[in-house]
Amino acid sequence: MRRRRAWWKTGTGLVLTALMLFPVYWMVNVSFTRDQDMRRTPPNWFPVHGTLEGYRAVLDQQLPYLGTSLLVSLGTVALTLAIAAPAGYSLARLRPAGGGALSFLLLVAQMIPGIIMAMGFYAIYLTLGVLNTVGGLIVGDATIAVPFGVLVFHAFMSGIPAEITQAATVDGAGPVRAFWSVVLPVSRNATITVSLFAFLWAWSDFVFASTLDGGGRLRPITLGIYQYIGNNNQQWNAIMATAAVASVPAAALLVVAQRSIAAGVSAGAVKD
Amino acid sequence: MVRRRSRAPGYRAQQWAAWAFLLPLVAYLLAFYAYPLYRNLDLSLRDYTVRSFVRGGAPFTGLANYRRIVDDPTFVPALTHTVVFTLASLVFQFGFGLALAVFFHQHFRLSATLRALFLVPWLLPLIVSASTWSWMLNSEAGVVNTVVRAAGGDPVNWLTSPGWSLVSVTVANVWIGIPFNLVLLYSGLQGISPQLYEAAALDGAGGWQRFWRLTLPLLRPVSAITLLLGLVYTLKVLDVIWIMTRGGPADSSTTFATWSYQLGFGSLLPRFGPGAAVGNLLIVAALAFGLVYIRLQRRQQGAA
Repeated sequence: MRRRRAWWKTGTGLVLTALMLFPVYWMVNVSFTRDQDMRRTPPNWFPVHGTLEGYRAVLDQQLPYLGTSLLVSLGTVALTLAIAAPAGYSLARLRPAGGGALSFLLLVAQMIPGIIMAMGFYAIYLTLGVLNTVGGLIVGDATIAVPFGVLVFHAFMSGIPAEITQAATVDGAGPVRAFWSVVLPVSRNATITVSLFAFLWAWSDFVFASTLDGGGRLRPITLGIYQYIGNNNQQWNAIMATAAVASVPAAALLVVAQRSIAAGVSAGAVKD
Repeated sequence: MVRRRSRAPGYRAQQWAAWAFLLPLVAYLLAFYAYPLYRNLDLSLRDYTVRSFVRGGAPFTGLANYRRIVDDPTFVPALTHTVVFTLASLVFQFGFGLALAVFFHQHFRLSATLRALFLVPWLLPLIVSASTWSWMLNSEAGVVNTVVRAAGGDPVNWLTSPGWSLVSVTVANVWIGIPFNLVLLYSGLQGISPQLYEAAALDGAGGWQRFWRLTLPLLRPVSAITLLLGLVYTLKVLDVIWIMTRGGPADSSTTFATWSYQLGFGSLLPRFGPGAAVGNLLIVAALAFGLVYIRLQRRQQGAA
């Protein structure tokens, strides 16, 4: 009886998951659909006459955009880590006067809508002449991840046992050495979490990309898709193929993050 | 007092070190948060033209931009749509998220894997989700209308009729938001002691009774935080609406976020002043709810 109920639940779970993921399936299905089948009614539920036209278009037209996105995302990760890790260490271990107020400001900063930041950035970048540069976009994208990064590092580094850093201090290490060779290596999981989210947010960003990087040659993949839609060329297999390729980092993150979350949980269990 | 004096020299050195580590963050916040926000405020208080935007020297006009947007015929619809879009998104995201969290909390075979798969919509770039939904909701060739026809209904112009566009973008946004609600509420459920359920079951409480009398009240703190965070995030939603409908047709799905973007970047003749003014109204709303969130979180941490 109990077994049968459990199977019934698994069945329901499978149906719900299938419903939830249907749009993702549909994206993949359309990406393989031939142009002449695109407006068929009813549509093909499976890519029976599958074509790679869409993916060929991605290879022909979208590779530079993907390259820019990769560059911008990696740059955002580096900048975010460089700012957030030392700040998190300071807030967690060095007790700066006014640290509480700073943490509060970071929480507030997370609430500010991106479009407002983008407009201010646009005005500044126009004056400085750094619109349509990779560096400019990295700095803009990092505003999404930096407050989150500091909060994560702060929380994680607060949990590191005091004995570990005390041992280093007794050996004569100053705060810089304690940070670099003791605290940072121990904070691997926090570093992974922050990096993954910084990467994903920069990769997915549309607001900063379209305002700060809309005109030049170096545009990220979100604008590649946007341009496809805007052109109204109705090449939906190419649009959906680009979308599918742009989703790869998200899928990879899900696999990797699952593991790092599990690692974090077991590390916590050992510590307690 | 004695202790404090004895560590005073060390204390001062530690403060120097602490703020040295914070220096990159403080510099970054000043240059790339405070300054853009200041520029945005300045934009909203001056009468900018494209020329003076590049060269500077726009005249200070006080609150004229704010007066202009409040009198604009788009203001009332944008306000209504922002409220409706946000409330509807929250109610459905939370409802589905809670139901799914309770469902997955029962730990059946494959439950962990399926729960992980539910995260996919949340992790996809918004432009990917939005363009997929655009095509699914296409009037002629969209798969949604195929299903509607098969069920015997008349096809609907989901994105191109003023009566449906706001519904359509809300549906897409709910889909994107469910995983976030699921994750937070599921972790809230994990915090409830199983012994309470056992005790309730011994007392003869049925499934529904346990949900209403036990789960829901105990989940209230997590629910409040989930809803407030959802509120702050939904107020900001721009990509989804802009990509699916551009706020149209005829402003029928315009919210403050898309209106601000429309004014500043959506046309050939940018109107940065009013755009910034709309944006600042949005900031005030987001911060007001954000502060409620922070207060609530602090109080809960204090209680715990």
